[in-house]
Amino acid sequence: MDIIDILLSASFWAAAIRIASPLIFATLGELICERAGVLNLGIEGIMVAGAFAGWMAVYSGTGLWTGVAVAMAVGMLFGLLHSTLTVPFGLSQHVVGLGVTLLATSATYYAYRLALPEVTSPPKIEAFQPYRIPGLADIPLIGPALFNQTPLTYAAFALVLIVSFTLYRTPLGLAVRAAGENPSAVAAQGLSVTGIRMGAVIIGSGFMAVGGAFLTMSAFDSFFFEMVNGRGWICIALVVFGAWRPGKALLGAILFAAFDALQIRVQQTSLGAAVPYQIFLMMPYVLSIVALVLVSRRAEVPAALMVPFNKGER
Amino acid sequence: MRLEPIANPTLPRRLGLPALAIGSTVVIASLLAMMAGANPFSVLGLILQGAFGSKFAILETLNRATPLIFTGLAAAVAFRAKFWNIGAEAQLYSGALITVVLGTGLLAWPSPLLLPVLALAAVLAGAVLLLIPALLKTRFGVDEVVTTLLFNFIFLLFISMLLEGPLKDPMGMGWPKSARVLPEARLPRIVEGLRLHWGFGLAILSAIAVWVLQTRSTLGYEMRAVGNNAEAARFAGIPVNTVLVKTALLSGGLAALAGFSEVAGLKGSLTLDLSPGFGYTGIIVAMLALLNPIGVIFAALFVAGIFVGADSMSRAANVPTYLADIMLATALLFMVLAIMLTRFRVVRD
Repeated sequence: MDIIDILLSASFWAAAIRIASPLIFATLGELICERAGVLNLGIEGIMVAGAFAGWMAVYSGTGLWTGVAVAMAVGMLFGLLHSTLTVPFGLSQHVVGLGVTLLATSATYYAYRLALPEVTSPPKIEAFQPYRIPGLADIPLIGPALFNQTPLTYAAFALVLIVSFTLYRTPLGLAVRAAGENPSAVAAQGLSVTGIRMGAVIIGSGFMAVGGAFLTMSAFDSFFFEMVNGRGWICIALVVFGAWRPGKALLGAILFAAFDALQIRVQQTSLGAAVPYQIFLMMPYVLSIVALVLVSRRAEVPAALMVPFNKGER
Repeated sequence: MRLEPIANPTLPRRLGLPALAIGSTVVIASLLAMMAGANPFSVLGLILQGAFGSKFAILETLNRATPLIFTGLAAAVAFRAKFWNIGAEAQLYSGALITVVLGTGLLAWPSPLLLPVLALAAVLAGAVLLLIPALLKTRFGVDEVVTTLLFNFIFLLFISMLLEGPLKDPMGMGWPKSARVLPEARLPRIVEGLRLHWGFGLAILSAIAVWVLQTRSTLGYEMRAVGNNAEAARFAGIPVNTVLVKTALLSGGLAALAGFSEVAGLKGSLTLDLSPGFGYTGIIVAMLALLNPIGVIFAALFVAGIFVGADSMSRAANVPTYLADIMLATALLFMVLAIMLTRFRVVRD
């Protein structure tokens, strides 16, 4: 099978959109944090916690959407921890972020072992099923790719619009962006920089957790250790690649996911048989680095990213 | 609320807050142990006993601390200059890789010649590996956090590829495992009969060397200046990018020594589970040591003790061994908060 054939198949694009979905949630979450001026390296661990929490909730008997809400709440709790330490106390965002990732990951594994002490392979749940949108799903190529996905994927795309609208068309979004660009101006307006930044990190962390939950509740139907596997770090690269804009970040996520879906398919061709499979698995990470280098010249980093704000100082 | 600097923190403040941080960590660990249905006091006792309770336990802890001293130093050196090397895991494997490539027969030299060459080769491998993210940062302004993190994944896949390909041990019964290094490439034990190899000695020497470099050399001064305020350092005529690249070379080399020491001192061959995250844990070691190279030795012993102790506690008390990782994460977060609060006072508006 040719690469052209792969690129023209609907199942390939359906896979790409599916792979992109968790990245979209988590990238938007990170983007919100960074737009407010806080780098959130807790993302990797928060995704692990979200993946477990949502799945565990459903396994314990709640509905799927309740599971998503549980995942989001758990993510927000870790966001509260992260932002309390980094915003009012102004601690190193690098150290706290890595600490939160370690804490969230190990607490998740601990909880998993306590909740399921006996099992050798994790139990499965009834995950989200694809929902065909009547009419739209019949469009050739685009239809099956975009309009025969699980509800959580539709939610990811809706979230791009919501976040985009909020950031650029509402006073709240203006305040968030200003907190990341010029916090003194925000304080001069009588607004609380601390409140805005903490709120952004808490909400953003919630979205990261939903991104993790997508893995256990929509892409697969079970929880595995190492299942997030660096996706959080890739999302941090996607935020930079998307120049801190939701729309561009969405395109980046889809591009990245398409590449990922492509490497899975090329592995099964004659070319793939000749090359060690590890080369293909490396590609997503290599691609992320290449993308960072390509956009580095035009990077529009939020001016106050990683700069703590303390009202006493001038 | 806002923060107000304290000119002269009192001694109780400087000692009490870190003690409170460790105390809070113990309280949280106890609560988690209770959730697992165990008696918290016996769990803490078992951890201590498992880490330091016997000659065997102490040797095990020292062995576990050895790679952590190297990766802890790697993080401490880099973070001092605010160069965020999160890629010590990959650099560790690069050191292990070169040790296996050169030490399994390519260089059939006597030990006194071979071991220093292997160590030096490991340092070079780690330095070169971190040079790429360092140059991406200084040339293109690409954030090193993300690149070094992603390099960990890339390099581990690379090792996996080699272990299933050219480096695969034909005697390995199909396991992805390299051949064993020559007997001449093995680090001898410090005391005959005790299971502790010279990698530990090398780690201590490295810590002292880093301390001397940081406190007694121009480069050490420049690294601190860049870390404190890169703009001011540039203004003062310090070549910031050169200092960052030198920092990266040193940091990568130190992390790679962990790989050399694990292969030559302990394992004898390269597998994909050579390091259970020593590279990442080194970051915690460095932070708990407040980035002080001598402190890294003690922090590594503390962290290794928790891991070794939790392993044996887990078997005895049926509490998941991840309790160790939770304790370290909590200790890290509480400690950075405590250290900050020794220098700043929280004031209500």
